[in-house]
Amino acid sequence: MNEIATKNTVQKGWMLLFLVWILATISTLASLFFSEIMKLPVCSLCWYQRIAMYPLVLILPIALFPFDAKVTRYAGILVLFGWLTALFHVLLVAGIIPKSAQPCVQDIPCSETHLNIFGFLNMPMMSLLTFSIMGLLLFLVKKSESS
Amino acid sequence: MNKKTLFIGVSLAIVLAFIAAVSIFKTEQTSKNKNVKATPTNIVERMNAPTKGSQDAKVTIVEFFDPACETCSVFYPLVNNLIKRYPGKVKVMMRYAPLHKGSDQVVKLLEAAHLQGQFWPAVDILFKNQQRWTRHHVAQPQSARALLTNLPLDNEQFMRDVSSENVSNMIKQDITDGKTLKVRATPQFFVNGKPLINFGYKQLTQLVEEAISEAY
Repeated sequence: MNEIATKNTVQKGWMLLFLVWILATISTLASLFFSEIMKLPVCSLCWYQRIAMYPLVLILPIALFPFDAKVTRYAGILVLFGWLTALFHVLLVAGIIPKSAQPCVQDIPCSETHLNIFGFLNMPMMSLLTFSIMGLLLFLVKKSESS
Repeated sequence: MNKKTLFIGVSLAIVLAFIAAVSIFKTEQTSKNKNVKATPTNIVERMNAPTKGSQDAKVTIVEFFDPACETCSVFYPLVNNLIKRYPGKVKVMMRYAPLHKGSDQVVKLLEAAHLQGQFWPAVDILFKNQQRWTRHHVAQPQSARALLTNLPLDNEQFMRDVSSENVSNMIKQDITDGKTLKVRATPQFFVNGKPLINFGYKQLTQLVEEAISEAY
């Protein structure tokens, strides 16, 4: 019985972690599509979020084969950093943080957005959403492991 | 399903989706490029800006450039080749886009030289000796000035022009138009008002050839 239960939690944790990896990979390729194919300019805040996102694509598969729940520590810090940067970015675009506080090159203002889906989903918002979901999933991985 | 098969399957699906998206975007863009509207010449071109080639040429390449930009210096002989290859049909107009630090002072030197008809010899010297007056992509106006001393310039007039309002207004006009035209990187080319969207020498030649076949 116990063995089956452990196997099930591993399965669940593995699946959740796999989902995080899918999210990270899609986000990475999408961001590269925007900048390298569509040639949209990348502001410095976007770069900080990329720094947090891109390593996950490589780190997570190592924790999937074989499954290693400890990765939530290493991936978690990246997700937290990305999430905070994305939050700052969203507040900046929304005008809640004044423009003068932004750490941007003059030519590529971070407060300018290029994409708008459904009227609210611009790129920093998508980034914040993705990092939030990834954070939640990582938390569930950790929980399923400790229970 | 086996975890490894699942992982490989999903990876492949994502990569394929990416490749498909890229190819769809590229085909759409090429069809769009053909219908790109030319920007009105009063924004792309400026009266009295330095030009090279026959004044009657019906094809005008406008290049927004920064003398400190490496790619600009690489493109300089290539653009000259285009004028030579289509004599009388193609001319080039240079407009300033000082994006590098310190470049704003160097383009003033060029514009002042232009007032004495020495723009092309001056730009020739600056591009050929670019490493001697730029350090880590920062322009050194003093070193650039020193390189131009051999040109047959009326020195007093030159010094007056460099700090004149006339010269700084010309440069301001170029920067304003560059912003309107979304010139974010140099060199940026416009051929008869049409922007070069996919950057490259081949693509520029193609755009010029298209403009020639339309105009002649």
